[in-house]
Amino acid sequence: MTSPLEQKKIKITQPSVVTANRTWDGAVIYRTAASKWSTRLNEAAVVRAADEARALLADSVADDLGAVGAYIAPVEIGEGGKIAPGNLRETIRATGVTIGLPLQEPVQA
Amino acid sequence: MYAYDEIDRTLINERVTEFRDQVKRRLSGELTEDEFKMLRLQNGVYLQLHAYMFRIAIPYGTLSSNQLRRLAHVARRYDRGYGHFTTRQNIQFNWIKLAELPDALADLAEVGIHSMQTSGNNTRNVTSDQWAGVVPGEIEDPRIWSEILRQYTTLHPEFSFLPRKFKFAITASAHDRAAIKIHDIGLRLYKNEAGETGFEVLVGGGLGRTPFIAKTIRPFVHGRDLLSYVEAIMRVYNKYGRRDNIYKARIKILVHELGVEKFGHEVEEEWQQIRDGSLRLDDDTIEEIRSRFSYPTYEKLPHMPDELRKAAHDALFERWRRNSVFPHKATGYSIVTISLKPVGGPPGDATADQMDALADLADKYSFGEIRVGHEQNLALPHVARRDLPALWTALDAIGLATPNVNLVSDIIACPGLDYCSLANARSIPIAQELTRRFANHDTANLIGRLHINISGCINACGHHHVGHIGILGVEKNGEEFYQITIGGRADEKAELGVLIGPAVPYNEVADVIEDIVEAYLALRATPDELFVDTVKRLGVEPFRERVYATR
Repeated sequence: MTSPLEQKKIKITQPSVVTANRTWDGAVIYRTAASKWSTRLNEAAVVRAADEARALLADSVADDLGAVGAYIAPVEIGEGGKIAPGNLRETIRATGVTIGLPLQEPVQA
Repeated sequence: MYAYDEIDRTLINERVTEFRDQVKRRLSGELTEDEFKMLRLQNGVYLQLHAYMFRIAIPYGTLSSNQLRRLAHVARRYDRGYGHFTTRQNIQFNWIKLAELPDALADLAEVGIHSMQTSGNNTRNVTSDQWAGVVPGEIEDPRIWSEILRQYTTLHPEFSFLPRKFKFAITASAHDRAAIKIHDIGLRLYKNEAGETGFEVLVGGGLGRTPFIAKTIRPFVHGRDLLSYVEAIMRVYNKYGRRDNIYKARIKILVHELGVEKFGHEVEEEWQQIRDGSLRLDDDTIEEIRSRFSYPTYEKLPHMPDELRKAAHDALFERWRRNSVFPHKATGYSIVTISLKPVGGPPGDATADQMDALADLADKYSFGEIRVGHEQNLALPHVARRDLPALWTALDAIGLATPNVNLVSDIIACPGLDYCSLANARSIPIAQELTRRFANHDTANLIGRLHINISGCINACGHHHVGHIGILGVEKNGEEFYQITIGGRADEKAELGVLIGPAVPYNEVADVIEDIVEAYLALRATPDELFVDTVKRLGVEPFRERVYATR
């Protein structure tokens, strides 16, 4: 789980996606093949080579308005093409903290 | 409590207006993220794993009940119903939406709360002793000097773009609760042989990748010279501090590379040019700041009131009282530490409901004042001893009466990989498991004072280097591992802990800590010998042998 912030080179050793945080609220998002963002990992575009990853990342970074802090994250492809997070960091980002929280959503005034 | 004047209020409100405009321009695309990032950092807004994190300043750890209620409101309205108190006496919210941040800031500004300089390469919260102003034996209230420094460093034009972040801490007691020796500048307020009040000035403390204990560069600086001397230090840092390498940019690296004598000499040379200038503090200015701090009018109360005498038969109350209640300078009063380390809970967190309830209790029992400690607990600084039984009953009802202050389950932990984008490993679940392993209060009391500090990465926000037991999360081949150190301490005898052996995997950490504690119980010379003193006496080897014998 070395922070992606510390990764200098793009090295693809397994299927990967581009992920970021949505600008207006910080929600976790994934870059789709249609050059949009989705909060669903299963809708993410999967890349398998460094060139593909670089292109997808560049496409993502160009959307400076919609997303912040884009980077390449590993995934695992399961049965039926289901995409799962490829490490603990991405699991936490996709499914939430591993500890109990008092509430799950903000209580509107 | 310090009362903000018109300048303070105007500054905070103008900052809200400015940031609201910056956020609007970011969300419209007028500002790119590269342009906006520095601006949001100056307002304590980070991007973390799941969401933005919002760090709010609690100057020297002092809050009014109204301010705590407003923090509860922000937690409820803009976040997920809780906040996290940090190792720098601030509070963090983990789920704030950028689009709503200006409104949250505006709500906070109404009660004099801001988030200026809680991140970025500037001067951060000037922290102090959470018992300032009420603890016996204190020279004088160090928060007065914290406030002087706060005003001086806020939006300082010369020091708003330092090589790296800069942290101050001040203590005025023999026992250092502010951990001054692990700060960029640590200040120890005392009276010299001539009876003058001044500061021992220590520089170059810090944790992270290259931890250092601060070194004294001047044994005494008169109070009137504090700002000019600090300015001299910061000018030397600003001039020589490295900007080419983020990992070598803190002042601790400069002090180390120059050597403390040369560094001190550079500071002295700079200081001689400015010491008699506009930064020299006159008595009127110091008194003006001092006058804006209000203190309660204490009643004349007995040390052993009837209410306390009657409650002594209640074993649960007595256990809490012996653990969480500390002597006050005013007879008949106490300082009460509120543990935010419940068994199985995330260390340092409080729910909005708890904050609201605690604000009410502060109004009723503590003249409306609450303190935040760097060890991630809170305190009520002015509780009449006759009110202790009623207070305990109320705290217990809201889950804030865990009698584990300074004990093995009073763990300091950073947010770790559950929240933080810099982290390599989780820290909170480790802390939660440890509180469960050591949940038995009799066992915890048998063990005695033992500080465990957990950091999820080498940035050391959990201060693991100076834990009696320090736990550092690292990553090995995609798995969480943890290095364990022992023998560190953060007080006036500050020391860095020593590694006991190879890192252990996530699911073995709690077992290892139990082994270390068992080793201590077997090795201590007397029941009163603290863990950290046993380590000092015997070294790491006896612990290493026991922990790694079967691993």
